[in-house]
Amino acid sequence: MTSQGQEVTQAPPPEEAPAGGGTPGAWRKYALAAGFLAPAAFFLLVWIVYPTVMTVIRSFYDRPGDSFVGLANYETLFTEERLLTAIRNSALWIFIVPALVTAIGLIFAVLTERVRWAVAFKTAVFMPMAISAFAAGVLWRIMYIQDPERGALNAGISAVRDVVRTPGPLTTATPSTEDLTGDVQQGFELDQDVSPGDTALLGLTAIRAPEIPEDAEQAVRPEAMQGGITGVVWRDFSPGGESEPGRIDEGELGLPGVVVELRDEGGGVVERTEAAADGTFAFEDVDDGTYRLAVGANTFYQPFGGVSWLGPRLVTPSIMIAYIWIWAGFAMVIIAAGLAAISREVLEAARTDGATEWQVFRRITVPMLAPVLTVVFITMLINVIKVFDIVLAIAPGSAVNQANVIALAMWREGFSGVNDFGVASAVAVFLFLLVIPILAINIRRFRREV
Amino acid sequence: MATADAAAHEPVVVEESTATRILRTLGKAPIHAFLVIVGLFWLVPAFGLFLTSLLAPADFNQGGWWQVFSEPGLLTLSNYQNLLENDAMRSAFWTTVQIAVLGTAIPIFVAATAGYAFAWLEFPGRDWWFIGVIAMLVVPLQMALIPMFRFYNNIGIFDSVLGIALFHTAFGLPFAIFLLRNFFIGIPKELLEAARIDGASEVRIFLRLILPLGLPAIASLAIFQFLWTWNDLLVALTFGRETQPLTVAIFSQLRQFGANIDLIASASFVSLAIPLIVFFAFQRYFVQGLLAGSVK
Repeated sequence: MTSQGQEVTQAPPPEEAPAGGGTPGAWRKYALAAGFLAPAAFFLLVWIVYPTVMTVIRSFYDRPGDSFVGLANYETLFTEERLLTAIRNSALWIFIVPALVTAIGLIFAVLTERVRWAVAFKTAVFMPMAISAFAAGVLWRIMYIQDPERGALNAGISAVRDVVRTPGPLTTATPSTEDLTGDVQQGFELDQDVSPGDTALLGLTAIRAPEIPEDAEQAVRPEAMQGGITGVVWRDFSPGGESEPGRIDEGELGLPGVVVELRDEGGGVVERTEAAADGTFAFEDVDDGTYRLAVGANTFYQPFGGVSWLGPRLVTPSIMIAYIWIWAGFAMVIIAAGLAAISREVLEAARTDGATEWQVFRRITVPMLAPVLTVVFITMLINVIKVFDIVLAIAPGSAVNQANVIALAMWREGFSGVNDFGVASAVAVFLFLLVIPILAINIRRFRREV
Repeated sequence: MATADAAAHEPVVVEESTATRILRTLGKAPIHAFLVIVGLFWLVPAFGLFLTSLLAPADFNQGGWWQVFSEPGLLTLSNYQNLLENDAMRSAFWTTVQIAVLGTAIPIFVAATAGYAFAWLEFPGRDWWFIGVIAMLVVPLQMALIPMFRFYNNIGIFDSVLGIALFHTAFGLPFAIFLLRNFFIGIPKELLEAARIDGASEVRIFLRLILPLGLPAIASLAIFQFLWTWNDLLVALTFGRETQPLTVAIFSQLRQFGANIDLIASASFVSLAIPLIVFFAFQRYFVQGLLAGSVK
């Protein structure tokens, strides 16, 4: 490979020459071929062959490039924590992403096969192939913003979650007397039995001022109710006012929206209600017996703060999702082309014989598609090993170390801050070694074809 | 359950086909629903970027891009106006155009001649040389960065459009030669032989016969190479300082992602709109090239 250019421009060895070799005609022929090949040979030699050799050599030299250090740079590669993280992440990419992209492409190709608007779907899924991995990274970074007010993904989760777990009016509070026990996770339970006709006081303090509902009014002690349980939930504190714990004083506000639970003796919730503007609540028509009252835990449900997609823990899976978003269309189109080439008769014959759709898929479609699936898988393997731009685009500065992959590590070692060409060369060689098995597969495929 | 009753009276085969048809109709509904949801998932991010680029940064920070559905009045072109007035971004756009045009045109000419030689000219060890080219298909860019960084500095093409375009040329060549050779080899031999008997020179055959006939493959290649060079970040980031294409210019803004969201969103949208236009205009060639490149 290294001597391609010279070889081509030189005279061919006579034994390889076809009939008439050595005659001026044959020489002219070869010179002509050399002329046609020369520009390509120049580029490939200067930009690919020469630097490849140089990088291998450079990887055995130290940072300034003066002294030979043997395998020291490779030792750094496998001992330095930030590089080990890159290797581990690349391993994750290699094991997860090509298989997932191939599987998703297969599913899409099969599902769209007999859908009338397949073209629209395929265009939508294929579209990201045209844009740069970098731009795709930018648009996913906007999707991944943590604040549910701005990040679409968290906004979607927030919308679903708020239905299940409506945020309460308060985030925190403590009981004003020792009669109430518990915490914000369990709710606060009143430490005395109540029966129909009773009235209860549920005082809370340590409420953050901005969380006090705007429609709150002066708390009042409710009337007792025949056959019902009544009470009040209020802020047992008034800034600047005179205030005694357990007593409703002037200036103390009711806590509208607070959820009050009527619990049976086992702790199960019998009924729920919300306090009114003056803090009063009532459970009407309660069966005879003894109950407990409690401020429900859902009073304190926090609003959804957003999943930290680009935090150190989730950053790599998040980037993988964006990457799959880019490449699924590629897999789908290639596999769909393979699918179209499968003979309809074979499939129809199987169906007539009573095979279910799943059996047809599992026993006929997939095996017949095997060569195409392999091509997609290998292509994705090469792509994944080289993944670079999208990591740089999505990972915020704080999480780049956790999101690092080999191709990016090479660039960071060599050109961003560290500037150690020795280690960077070793990383590049390692990257190259990873793709060599794939190269061998490609060559085998080509030779079979020829 | 009605069909189960019918089974007792009617021949089995007919019963099955009815059931299958019912199942198929019912069974398709979830498939349609699934595809609609997935399709939306695929469209939302690009759409979100587009709407973000049409929102004043203060509005975006208040409630995300979807608020334009309730308040369409918020839409504004001011981000694009600012982009137009931003000298760095304007020059980045032209740099991108130059790199993409040079980085597409040069490799097409170089690969076409080499592809013709590999397909139709005789020289010793032809298939072996071609295998060498295939081997270079997978060589990672990273293998060339460090030596070329020094080489570019030495010969004075560091930080130039030419240097970046030539790098793209070289690393685009293996695929380009592979694609064109495979296409040229499918041109009927009789055509070439007839031309040779008529006394046409190889150069003439190449220019008058191979190139016109190879136009579909060349078109595919042009689209690939254009998208590749337009979308590149790594090469330009390594071999440019002042010479910044759009991707690099946007990248340098990313550090203040929140503060620069207006510039980032509008510039990113411009950066991805051009490839999308090319893609939609030449979709057929794009898919053909993809199939030729990977399945063949």
